[in-house]
Amino acid sequence: MKGMTLIVKKSTQLIAGIIFMYGIYVIVHGHLTPGGGFAGGVIIAGSLILVTLAYGGEFLKLVKEEAGTTIIESMATIMVIMIATAGFFFGTKIFFNNFLPRGVVAQLISAGVIPLYNIFVGTEVAASIFIIFLSLVIFKEESPQ
Amino acid sequence: MTAYIMCFILFLVGLYGVITRRNLVKIAVSMSIMEISTFLFFALLGYIDGGVAPIVDPADPVQTYVDPLPQALVLTAIVIGLATTSMMMAIIIRLYRKYGTFDIREIKNLKG
Amino acid sequence: MNPLIPLFVIIPLVGAFLIMIIGRFIKEFNKYFASLILFSLALISFYFLFTTRENSFVYKVGGWEPINNIPIGIYMVMDGFTAIVVCIINFIGFLSAFYSISYIKRYTSENYFYALFCLMIAGMNGVVISGDIFNIFVFLEISVISSYALVAFGVEKNELEASFKYQVLGGLASFLILFGIGFLYWKAKTLNIADIKGAFSNGYDKTYYLFVQILILSGFGLKAAIIPFHAWLPDAHSSAPSPISAMLSGVLIKAVGIYVIIRLFFNMFYISEGMSVLITTLGTLSMVIGVFLAIGQWDIKRLLAYHSISQMGYVVMSVGIGMILVSRGVRNEVAALAITGGIFHLINHAAFKGLLFLNAGAIEYSTGTRDLREMGGLAKAMPATSATSFVASLSISGIPPFNGFFSKLIIIIAAVMARFYLLAALAVIVSIITLASFMKFQRYAFYNEDPDKKKNSIKEVPFPMLFSMIILSIVCLLLSILVFPGIRELILTPAIDILMDPSKYSSQIIGM
Repeated sequence: MKGMTLIVKKSTQLIAGIIFMYGIYVIVHGHLTPGGGFAGGVIIAGSLILVTLAYGGEFLKLVKEEAGTTIIESMATIMVIMIATAGFFFGTKIFFNNFLPRGVVAQLISAGVIPLYNIFVGTEVAASIFIIFLSLVIFKEESPQ
Repeated sequence: MTAYIMCFILFLVGLYGVITRRNLVKIAVSMSIMEISTFLFFALLGYIDGGVAPIVDPADPVQTYVDPLPQALVLTAIVIGLATTSMMMAIIIRLYRKYGTFDIREIKNLKG
Repeated sequence: MNPLIPLFVIIPLVGAFLIMIIGRFIKEFNKYFASLILFSLALISFYFLFTTRENSFVYKVGGWEPINNIPIGIYMVMDGFTAIVVCIINFIGFLSAFYSISYIKRYTSENYFYALFCLMIAGMNGVVISGDIFNIFVFLEISVISSYALVAFGVEKNELEASFKYQVLGGLASFLILFGIGFLYWKAKTLNIADIKGAFSNGYDKTYYLFVQILILSGFGLKAAIIPFHAWLPDAHSSAPSPISAMLSGVLIKAVGIYVIIRLFFNMFYISEGMSVLITTLGTLSMVIGVFLAIGQWDIKRLLAYHSISQMGYVVMSVGIGMILVSRGVRNEVAALAITGGIFHLINHAAFKGLLFLNAGAIEYSTGTRDLREMGGLAKAMPATSATSFVASLSISGIPPFNGFFSKLIIIIAAVMARFYLLAALAVIVSIITLASFMKFQRYAFYNEDPDKKKNSIKEVPFPMLFSMIILSIVCLLLSILVFPGIRELILTPAIDILMDPSKYSSQIIGM
């Protein structure tokens, strides 16, 4: 697919990195401020879609990106369930147990296992929204019209 | 009370769009509007008079918070609405490729 | 606190995503892995069926114990009724997955098929084991969105149009359910099923309660395809690939439609007589209209889909009769008999309708057509398929000694004992018309003269498809032993007790 004009490319170079960092901030502070996994994941996906739209890409490169992103999404979901099962083995026999130490309220490293959940859920949501965008673009590209 | 009536008007707008519009994409967007009215209704349910946002501040920990449970439910429901809308859009794109039109009156292959 | 209960959701979820990763590298991995996962789930569900007698198992996710006897966590509940439905889901899911080992070779991207199939099973399991209403909504959406994608799997014109119609009506149903949950939360301030019953025990506003009941009945009635919400069912069930049709018609409309209606109306709402008369009327209308719409069909799968509406009408009518008697507070043993007939017919319909759809898939695999007027004389070319199809047709028409006869007999006897003579007469008439419709199906498909004389090219279907069909036909014969008193005490009576006793469900959940 073709990219866009020079002005769009230059603006994207300035902004996309800041949006990505903002998304990571929303994910990691999920237990202190509103946001968390879902909202941060959508912001990260927004920055990735912005870069793909502005710069375009070859058809084969997009297919390879989609294959790689599918693997990342599946790995992130399996990691979420692995953490839930790890709670089964440490301590009492309960899934989704909160087994890491809780810490002090309102510090960044606190609240046990919740920041880990936020990080993996955020990765998974970003990957899946990027896959939706990529597969629709690939479908448009691969037909002869 | 005014806020609840606004939610209801938004729901009626969405329902009108699903029933009377002929374009497939407009049906999908109206469905999305209908679901958003439900999310607003849910978020309004948890309001308690004189409450603040439910974020624990270590300076003064005991306050009247608004109910945080409907907010968590709305977050989950927004993601579900996203999945439904994207599924519909994928089917609409393939339908356009097969039938050549977005008009729902042309797509009547199954009868009986 | 039984830790095996969340395995019903966790195992298919991990399996679906493992299939997506490993299926890209190893070619033959996905089909056998899916069958293996579903086989292990079927084993766990049979273990629960035989050990859950009178006590229920509760699992609190995350270990959050109740504070001041108010449940604050997510609960997963396994009692008598849940154990039966979980068995149906996993067993028929395993047989469909095994059948599709050789059927799905005609489609591309088999990887996604098995992943979506496992996700659908995970969603359905989650609906039946959850103990609070918002979890029912979330898992319902997981399974229903997977089924939208599976109906449109072979991307031809018919299937895409059917999937779009299914999506619009399904989205409307989900919206109604979410709206009803919001209204319930507004007055009850809790989401737990057992706790909502307690919150309304002090008195409630009658208009508000009726509005919430109508919303929930409409939402889940759209999923269960009761008249007048049936418009999506013939298109969606006839355009899907055959193992998915068997899952949709045999399991999905029961697990996310009828099961939730029965559970919420018996264990969460206080039953009023007007509502139960409405439910019985809807069931009777489904029963009659479904069979009259099915007679004139020449497409095999549309015929079977319309018969699904009719048989679900039997179940809803029988449960409605039980509800009327419970709401009047008289004749508890007749109410128990009516509800027994309904749940037994639910189990039987899953077995024989699944078998009929798998047979239709086998016919389509061999002859390439679905129209009854273009096929004929298949009894000599495909002996196993015609024998199992004959067994299934006799079961659905209610001929002894197959299972359909016993469940319909219990329903008719319960209707007569409760003095609803019109409903019993309608049930008998509909059964006779069903028999006529299936005799037409058998004659045109199997015992007719072949109009094109292309008998030489039709062979029997491969082994995985035969295995599923033969196992299901043996199950059809074996299920009729559920009516004998010793085995009925083991399986059906705990389900009836949980539903009919007004305080047993709540006391077992909140007391734990």
